[in-house]
Amino acid sequence: MSCTQTILDYGLRSIGIGERLLPRSDFTLCQQFTLIGSGMIWNVYFGLIALAAGFFLAIALALGKGSRHFVLRKLSEWFIFLFRGSPLFIQFFFAYFSFLALKGVSPVFNPFTSAWLGAAVVLFFNTSAYSAEIFHGALKSIPKGDLEAADAYGLAGWHRFRRVTFPTMLRLAWPGYTNEAIFLFHATTLVFFSGFPAWQQRGDALYYAKYFADKTFNPFVPYPILAMYFIMLTLSVIAVYGWIGRRLNRHLPQEARRHFRRLPRLAR
Amino acid sequence: MNKLILTTAALALATGAALAESHGSVVRMGTEGAYAPWNYLDDNGDVAGFERDLGDELCKRAELTCQWVTNDWDSIIPNLVSGNYDTIIAGMSITDERDAVIDFTQPYTPPDPSCYLALSADVDVTSSMIAGQTSTIQAAFVAESGAMLVEFATPEETIGAVRAGEADAVLADCSYLEPIAAEGELVMLERKEMIGGGVGMGLRESDGELKAMFDAAIQSMKDDGSLNALIEKWEVASTF
Amino acid sequence: MLESCADPSGLEGLSWLLCYLTTGKHIAFYASFGTVALLLAITAPLALSFGFAGAAAARSRFLPVSLIGKTYTSIVRGVPDIAFFLFFVIALDQAFEFVRHKVKCPDWPDAIRQGNDFVVCDAAKLPLSSSPQWVHETYGFMLAVLTFAIVFGAFAANVLYGAMKAVPRAQIETAEAYGMSHAQAFWRILVPQMWVYALPGLGNLWMILIKATPLLFLLGVEDIVYWARELGGTKQARFTDFPHGNWLVYYFGALLVFYLFVTWGSEKVLARVMRRLSHGQATAGGEALRRAGA
Repeated sequence: MSCTQTILDYGLRSIGIGERLLPRSDFTLCQQFTLIGSGMIWNVYFGLIALAAGFFLAIALALGKGSRHFVLRKLSEWFIFLFRGSPLFIQFFFAYFSFLALKGVSPVFNPFTSAWLGAAVVLFFNTSAYSAEIFHGALKSIPKGDLEAADAYGLAGWHRFRRVTFPTMLRLAWPGYTNEAIFLFHATTLVFFSGFPAWQQRGDALYYAKYFADKTFNPFVPYPILAMYFIMLTLSVIAVYGWIGRRLNRHLPQEARRHFRRLPRLAR
Repeated sequence: MNKLILTTAALALATGAALAESHGSVVRMGTEGAYAPWNYLDDNGDVAGFERDLGDELCKRAELTCQWVTNDWDSIIPNLVSGNYDTIIAGMSITDERDAVIDFTQPYTPPDPSCYLALSADVDVTSSMIAGQTSTIQAAFVAESGAMLVEFATPEETIGAVRAGEADAVLADCSYLEPIAAEGELVMLERKEMIGGGVGMGLRESDGELKAMFDAAIQSMKDDGSLNALIEKWEVASTF
Repeated sequence: MLESCADPSGLEGLSWLLCYLTTGKHIAFYASFGTVALLLAITAPLALSFGFAGAAAARSRFLPVSLIGKTYTSIVRGVPDIAFFLFFVIALDQAFEFVRHKVKCPDWPDAIRQGNDFVVCDAAKLPLSSSPQWVHETYGFMLAVLTFAIVFGAFAANVLYGAMKAVPRAQIETAEAYGMSHAQAFWRILVPQMWVYALPGLGNLWMILIKATPLLFLLGVEDIVYWARELGGTKQARFTDFPHGNWLVYYFGALLVFYLFVTWGSEKVLARVMRRLSHGQATAGGEALRRAGA
């Protein structure tokens, strides 16, 4: 079987399109590359969904943590502490367990025991908590002068937030937030590994890498392939975030821009 | 015939002493420790079960000192071939795929059929959702049969899935499911599947001498009936 | 085991629980918390030194060394830690045995790779197959520590590299103006000052390290997750004196509390260290401390 044929058969295998059965014997390198790559669809899906939704919850939580309102502040603090303070591995366990229990309560929760929704929710909460902590730190380090200048211009409430607080916060948080995005994509490998069941042998990249390691009894081929895919993914994340970061800072003078890039941040 | 076997056994035992020297006289037995009644950890955290009794007896007959090691099921073969222990004795069915990579002794149990355990007895296994443990022969069988396969990392989770209604039935070794069915709640289906050969001990392909010794020891246990007695004691399979 | 626990079938309620919680298996579970703590205690400084070496290498003016430093950090940071753990330990083990084999048995006739098998002479085995079980366990533990240190060293290198760059350039220039050599300026000026910039990043890294420990069981170490799974699973009366249903929730709940507690404690300690380091430093934090003191 030619490699093109393999790609046609297995390229979308992880989402249920193409050949129903996985290869059983005579594993070729091409098959390993194709199927592990096909599994990457899930890793990218989980990462994007969680990041996109988590961005907004994170801002809300960061504002909540800095809020003067006692209940709001405590709620945000506890949410952040719970999800930042426990391993994702254990969060997946409890999420799956509670979704199973909730299923008995109402059929609304039926889809939550599937990875596509349930795991996405866990990753969403998880990344929200981590990003919120980064945003909160950035909020606290907004230069006082910026806010005073906003006051002097007569900006208040939503306007002040939209035009001064939010953009500055984002700029300050960006290096840390980039790292969080990288970690989140890496964390997606845990979904089928420990948390949620794989249906019809449709799993993520690690699931297929494990499948091949298990069938060929040789971990030295599939895992490096997986590593290669993830290095590529990480590089793309860095490129995209770097591009956004440069746009956020484009009004700054050259020297100051360079300073932003130097900020030693590693969040999570 | 019997005589021939006895001489090979004697020969194996004789080489055993020499081998024991070179092996530093300790053979490390790798098992999973999470698959009762085959192998599990008792309350003290020691390996127990059918294979513990069997392995100790085999080592006694082959005059070897054995040491028990537990290893995760997923990496049990890679760790054998890279030499972290010398045998796998973990309820491992002899399959062609595995045989291509490692060597097996002769089977010490006849093929054990696989059973379905379900919430109700009227589940149609050809068109329903079947739970299985990832990378077992049962999971591969369900994937090919056309039923919906749901894979879990541990056998415990597969049972949990059936209890919670996530899957209609679970396919696993009958010997593993029987004690669970005995508790009520879940029922065993009539249908059984014959998958895989018997269960044997796995060894490195380069360890021919050790394989011969264990083969001879297993044969001697088959001959004097002590193997059947062990199988009956632990209810792991049918007898020879 | 307690005396009264010899026959658990007649026990009930609290006394049953007491006996249950003191079985050999549970003792091993409690001890595994120590294993995790020990891992953290050894890995943290080791990873820090790997990170320091990586960062110093990346800064080197000698191109190959700088390339090695940069490749190490970017490759290891690019790969999910699970993927790394799944094959790296076996690779590391084989690499060690390969080197020992070459040294100890130079005239071994057979090939090391025989098909799928990796066979070295008995003297080269790590640890020797005749060694007692604890030596094997210690060796496995050391491999796990090394793997963790290599992975987290890459992250630490990234943090330290940034911190070294954040030290104001003028400081180094002044040092050089005083006639210090490159190495002297590095060790006497740069290194003492970089910690305050590195601490937030290193603190975060410590938190990530704590939360990576549930993956220890992948490296063949019997850690808290291994025992929690083993103890929490359904136990039938045939195989234990203490039969029970699926208790995984309680055991994982205990782990959850443990991790939250460690995180809470770490946050407290880090905040204190940061205050200390900020003292007398030319940063916003240092400025705030100065004003508060005045």
